[in-house]
Amino acid sequence: MTRTLYTVEHRTVSDVSGLLLAAEHTQGVGYGDLVDVVAPNGSTRRGQVLEISGDRIIVQVLGGTRGLDTPSTVVLARAESATMPVGPDLVGRVLDGLGRPIDGGPPLLPVAYRDVNGQPINPVARAHPAEFIETGVSAIDGLNTLVRGQKLPIFSGAGLPGLELATHVAEKARVRGTDEDFVVVFAAIGATAREAAFVRSRFIESDALDRTVLFLNLAGDPTAERLLTPRSALTAAEYLAYDDGRHVLVILVDITSYCEALREVAAAREEVPGRRGYPGYMYTDLASLFERAGRIHGRSGSVTQLPILTMPDDDITHPIPDLAGYITEGQIVLSRDLDRRGVWPPIDVLPSLSRLMNAGIGEGRTRGDHRQIADQLYAFVARARELRGLVSIVGEAALTEADRRTLAFGDAFEVSFVGQGVERRTLEQTLDLAWSLLDGFPDEELSRVTPEMLGRFRSRAAEPD
Amino acid sequence: MSNLAVATGRVWRVAGPVVVARGLAGVRLANLVRVGEAGLPGEVIKLSGDEATIQVYEETTGIRAGEPVVDTGVPLQVELGPGLLGQIFDGTQRPLTVLAAEGDDPYGNPLIRRGVEVPALDRERIWAFSPSVAVGDRVLEGATLGTVAESVAIEHRILVPPGLGGTVTRVHRGDATVTEPVVWIDDDPVSMLQRWPVRQARPFARLLPPATPLVTGQRVIDVLFPVALGGAATIPGGFGTGKTVLETSLAKWAHVDVVVYVGCGERGNELTEVLEEFPELVDPRTGASLMSRTILIANTSNMPVAAREASIYTGITLAEYYRDQGYHVALMADSTSRWGEALREVSGRLEEMPAEEGYPAYLSTRLAEFYERAGAVQCLDGEREGSVTVVGAVSPAGGDFSEPITQNSLRLAGTFWALDTSLARRRHFPSINWTRSYTLYDLTGWFVEETAPDWEEHRDWALDLLQRESSLLEIVQLLGVDSLAPAQRALLVTGRMLRESFLQQSAFDEIDAYCPLDKQLAMLRVIHRADTAMVAAVERGVAPERLGVLPVLAGVGRMRSWLPDSVDELATDLANRIEKEIEAL
Repeated sequence: MTRTLYTVEHRTVSDVSGLLLAAEHTQGVGYGDLVDVVAPNGSTRRGQVLEISGDRIIVQVLGGTRGLDTPSTVVLARAESATMPVGPDLVGRVLDGLGRPIDGGPPLLPVAYRDVNGQPINPVARAHPAEFIETGVSAIDGLNTLVRGQKLPIFSGAGLPGLELATHVAEKARVRGTDEDFVVVFAAIGATAREAAFVRSRFIESDALDRTVLFLNLAGDPTAERLLTPRSALTAAEYLAYDDGRHVLVILVDITSYCEALREVAAAREEVPGRRGYPGYMYTDLASLFERAGRIHGRSGSVTQLPILTMPDDDITHPIPDLAGYITEGQIVLSRDLDRRGVWPPIDVLPSLSRLMNAGIGEGRTRGDHRQIADQLYAFVARARELRGLVSIVGEAALTEADRRTLAFGDAFEVSFVGQGVERRTLEQTLDLAWSLLDGFPDEELSRVTPEMLGRFRSRAAEPD
Repeated sequence: MSNLAVATGRVWRVAGPVVVARGLAGVRLANLVRVGEAGLPGEVIKLSGDEATIQVYEETTGIRAGEPVVDTGVPLQVELGPGLLGQIFDGTQRPLTVLAAEGDDPYGNPLIRRGVEVPALDRERIWAFSPSVAVGDRVLEGATLGTVAESVAIEHRILVPPGLGGTVTRVHRGDATVTEPVVWIDDDPVSMLQRWPVRQARPFARLLPPATPLVTGQRVIDVLFPVALGGAATIPGGFGTGKTVLETSLAKWAHVDVVVYVGCGERGNELTEVLEEFPELVDPRTGASLMSRTILIANTSNMPVAAREASIYTGITLAEYYRDQGYHVALMADSTSRWGEALREVSGRLEEMPAEEGYPAYLSTRLAEFYERAGAVQCLDGEREGSVTVVGAVSPAGGDFSEPITQNSLRLAGTFWALDTSLARRRHFPSINWTRSYTLYDLTGWFVEETAPDWEEHRDWALDLLQRESSLLEIVQLLGVDSLAPAQRALLVTGRMLRESFLQQSAFDEIDAYCPLDKQLAMLRVIHRADTAMVAAVERGVAPERLGVLPVLAGVGRMRSWLPDSVDELATDLANRIEKEIEAL
């Protein structure tokens, strides 16, 4: 951890525009280093070196460039990479995007300084995530199971309750068989005042603060700081998980604001734009955040991520959800249709997916019938969705008896299985409810369930003759 | 790495993974250089006057202008020799297991540090070399000098390196490390460790026509869209369509001797899963653990982007090396899109003129250079035959197949497995769309020879029926099922059986994950016989709706869990019962 060794003062700023500043005749500045930029009025803001070209550097000014000039602005280079102080006393604090306390509390007593960019985890050192997290939400536990060390984003839309669902999960999540609480590291990236107020009321003003670290970068804060906010949060999370042995749940909201900031910086640097103006390296950049979820052999803690992103115009093929979906281990997709109908949480199970579900469920972890009942529900929900489309064209009259049964199942599934409200369900309650929704179907139609599981779990009394 | 260092320059410019150095006199294009005080490996990708542009294979954070850059005088190359199997390497062939064990941390070092140089092959390990040449023998390039038992199933053949040949003047027998000489050709020592530049295809005697399928145990692939040994297949699919699950299923069950799995810009946890799962699984054909035939190349999505670009070449060079020993090798690349994006990122930093979607104009050339290294060949010695089959996953943006990587891959690969988002959402896996996919390899002859003469008949029937079903389903979507004639409604019953009980296959079910060819054929026969009986019944005037609900048809859905050794009796019995019940209507 190299800390400040020496400081070189450069009063050689040649260009200032938007988020960027260029300085000439610099020496000893490293790529990615943090620098201090001192404005003519004496105020200091931080900057990060984005490019070095001989003795010229390009600095992204984190505090914004307003008020800077070329003759008297000073760039202080300290050969310091972007690090952040970490320690157990992070828990319970409110910090800004760079990890500086903003809650009026005492200064942090860091035990180490960590590079906010982290380092890639060697795949050999990773332990495959397999411990089921009971969120209490049927659509997640039953069909898109979350496990410790997974990264499972919530694909929300403008006006949909992505943030509410994530905080709900953060409050209710338990690892089965333990009372262990998660430490919640919450990073608000470009959050609006309304969202910030919601987060404060849920975490700070309740008794949850003693297991929460809150990083706040508000929509009105400098754009460039948004790029460091999730990195600071993940650095804190990694410390708490791998050094302090805690199970950490990281909530990043909103990844869309993060990507907008990334695009803004890329445009300011006049880079060749990729799809919809986002930089070509957005996949790699997002991966450098999401891949910081996981478990490590020999370390007791874990980092689980629940990032939230807003799909622009509810379009799942937009570059932001698209690239995120390629990196994360599944996604929970919210549906405007369900939300309008008052179903909460409005999770559309068909496009939702948990890639690590198989590792976390089954005999000994959840229940032997979990995989099969989930597959069976999916088959019927997909069929019901098709039939609903058909009915809107040709009317109910064209349906067979079996079709009507499936259609009725589809409605009941949405209302009672998905639309559970704020009630917390155990996994058994979720799976038993699933079986009871299948009561109307004869055994032959349950093609995804083996006779053995039918025998063990089907509620015989409810079966038709 | 090498004491041939010929020039030292200075860092001038740093932007992401691209570094420009000045003063590297005489450096050649594609040479490996060491950048900065940390000695980060990089490759020269452009020379212009005094400036050498370098793509750096590790994080460049912290590099300052003026740091030294040293030319190694050689291009990026891989180490070849016994000890590759069962290993996991990064994109430039650093052994990740060794890296993880380094450091004073009690659990090793879980994070990948920069600038650590570790040889790919273990220098200490002793191998028992048994020579197959004697002093005085004349040997040509590609000839076998001797063998080493690398794993239970693979006898590693030490070959005369390409370009070398002569008279054997001395032979060592027995224990040796990879760096010790084992055979002397014209008094020049040859060790088991050999090197090869990754961007250069290894030579062979001649290409062989693709006539043998890569048997995968996946029904939709083997029956409908098989790929040839030495062929190339491309798997485009939006996220969540099961590319990785399919790639790992192929890596597990494909009938090949060696699997090279390149995790290129994908998830760390997926490689961890392979690392945890493969050693536990047994290759049904050799009885050895699956890991002992597998080489993993890992460049996860947060590992340095330039090494991602190299990882695919590292992988295929290792594949070619085993091909040259006379083995059938499958190379899984997941995903070639991330490789293309790495190319795009570096190209963008070079401020090159972008072509389609920001990719460089040379994208198709580079892709071709990769795919064209697939092939079934007669090896250099003119005796052995080997093959490299390439299966490349593509992750098209927005699931839209019109993007450049998918389109270029389609031109190069002979087999196209189109993964379909709507099938995946219905949890129909593998989500290979049977109307869009195709294979250009004609392998029916082999199947007829190896299984039974009726293979072709059933395959053609199934392909045809699925096509007709999909056009009927379009009508049903618009007009309802009542608009169809009885025979067409019966066809829908068969179509559904084919889709749900045959094409769908669970990669996670112990029995269903791998379906032997004779079981595939038996299942197909049952459905075909059921269809024939139904068609006859409808002609007799039986309502198709009564057919679809016959309880005996539930047995078709349970065929997947039949144990391979009892398949024939079970199939005959089920088909008989189905025919009997349908006739009774």
